Amino acid sequence: MKPLLELICPAGSLPALKAAVDHGADGVYLGLKDNTNARNFSGLNFDARTLAEGIRYAHAKGAKVLMALNTYPQPATLARWHAAVDTAATSGVDAIILADPGLMAYARKTHPNLRLHLSVQGSATSYEAVNFYRERFGIQRAVLPRVLSLAQVENVVQHTDVEIELFGFGGLCVMVEGRCLLSSYACGDSPNTFGACSPGHAVRWEQTPKGMETRLNGVLIDRYADNEKAGYPTLCKGRFEVQGETYYALEEPTSLNSMELLPEMARLGIAAIKIEGRQRSPAYAAQVTKVWRAAIDAVKRSAETFKPNPAWMAELNKVSEGSMHTLGAYYRPWK
Amino acid sequence: MQLPAFPAPLARLVTRLPTWPTSWAFAAACNLAAWPTLKDLDWEVVRGRRFRVVVKDMGLGLFFSVTPKGFRAERNGLADVTFTATAQDFARLALRLEDPDTLFFNRRLLIEGDTDLGLMVKNMLDAVELETLTGNMPGPMGQALNRLRRLALAQQPV
Ligand code: SF4
Repeated sequence: MKPLLELICPAGSLPALKAAVDHGADGVYLGLKDNTNARNFSGLNFDARTLAEGIRYAHAKGAKVLMALNTYPQPATLARWHAAVDTAATSGVDAIILADPGLMAYARKTHPNLRLHLSVQGSATSYEAVNFYRERFGIQRAVLPRVLSLAQVENVVQHTDVEIELFGFGGLCVMVEGRCLLSSYACGDSPNTFGACSPGHAVRWEQTPKGMETRLNGVLIDRYADNEKAGYPTLCKGRFEVQGETYYALEEPTSLNSMELLPEMARLGIAAIKIEGRQRSPAYAAQVTKVWRAAIDAVKRSAETFKPNPAWMAELNKVSEGSMHTLGAYYRPWK
Repeated sequence: MQLPAFPAPLARLVTRLPTWPTSWAFAAACNLAAWPTLKDLDWEVVRGRRFRVVVKDMGLGLFFSVTPKGFRAERNGLADVTFTATAQDFARLALRLEDPDTLFFNRRLLIEGDTDLGLMVKNMLDAVELETLTGNMPGPMGQALNRLRRLALAQQPV
């Protein structure tokens, strides 16, 4: 039987993994300490020891461990990605999350029993794309990009056997998922290749008399007055001068929060809900997992009467970028 | 839970303290309480780098580096990275009650200078298990911190 609304939570460290598992995650996703995954930040992620301990801990409590290998291998260092797939297979993770078809082919051939998930970075927005990955590489789950409306999601679900995972909460990224080069434009590194948007080495914050300035490789991307909420230092969330006016020209710093759509997602048979935020701390993993566990349990008890508890929403807004949330593309009348 | 804010008269007193002795006291306290656990981290990557922690409501600046033997107070020169927040927020971060990104979004935490260095240290500390840290603390200190943390968690609305 296909799973329904599994709660998949981010783990950037062993304490974050334990916090997520302890607070009711059905699965956690993590990455190795290099550019084989899209949260390649200094000091973050897992090495051999913490990976083994993380898997042991999660499995002992009945939670799954998924490993993100969702960047695109570079020709000179392809061996690193292959080694990462091998590490995943031998360490006993429950699935790997891939974006690159070449890597899928390698995983399929070398480790036929390893379960494959299609990463959001693979940018599959139609059932044709999802089914293609199923036929060619045997993927068993696809994470859909955050650019589809729920009606479009429904269309995908109705035409595929592949389990569908949707983002439930976290930082938003309009990257036409997996295809954004904005970060490269400013600093030469982008998520697909380097494994991070706006890597730390390119980011500078400075409190000036005019406000706090955020620069990416010297490019001023925003300036916050003292009472203004801040966002991540990404180009997409900067304020720019366009025809004499300065404003958020691409998107506002805000988080996705699709909780109120959970009953609809249950009806569609969505297999899993993903929480964004491997770059965040164990405190975040605990706070967000706790709230989403309660919400998913409530929907499973009674989808008809489900209403997001205001205290849950307040807790989620508190940890949100820009301290506010949106339903993103899920809820919009146009396609 | 609102950990108690720093009392204003005390803050005024602390503000008058010169940086060096307070940095020294801070380094000594960290060495005593946390070094038994933190010594196992790979500090090679931050060798020779200097950190400044500014506790803004106390008007206090702590200036230190981390050597293979522990925290060392620094006297003068420029910091590579500076963290600025209130005493209460630093305490909540240390007790893992608050997420640094959350504080950053809310403008309660500022990281200036070498962002990557700041991120790395933050992530290294996040990877330390709190139970290990408090378990290795001398005397009743660890137990007291665990109790404080449980109390604070019990008061959270959700
Ligand atoms: S610039 Fe923005 S949209 Fe592009 S990858 Fe970075 S966070 Fe995503």
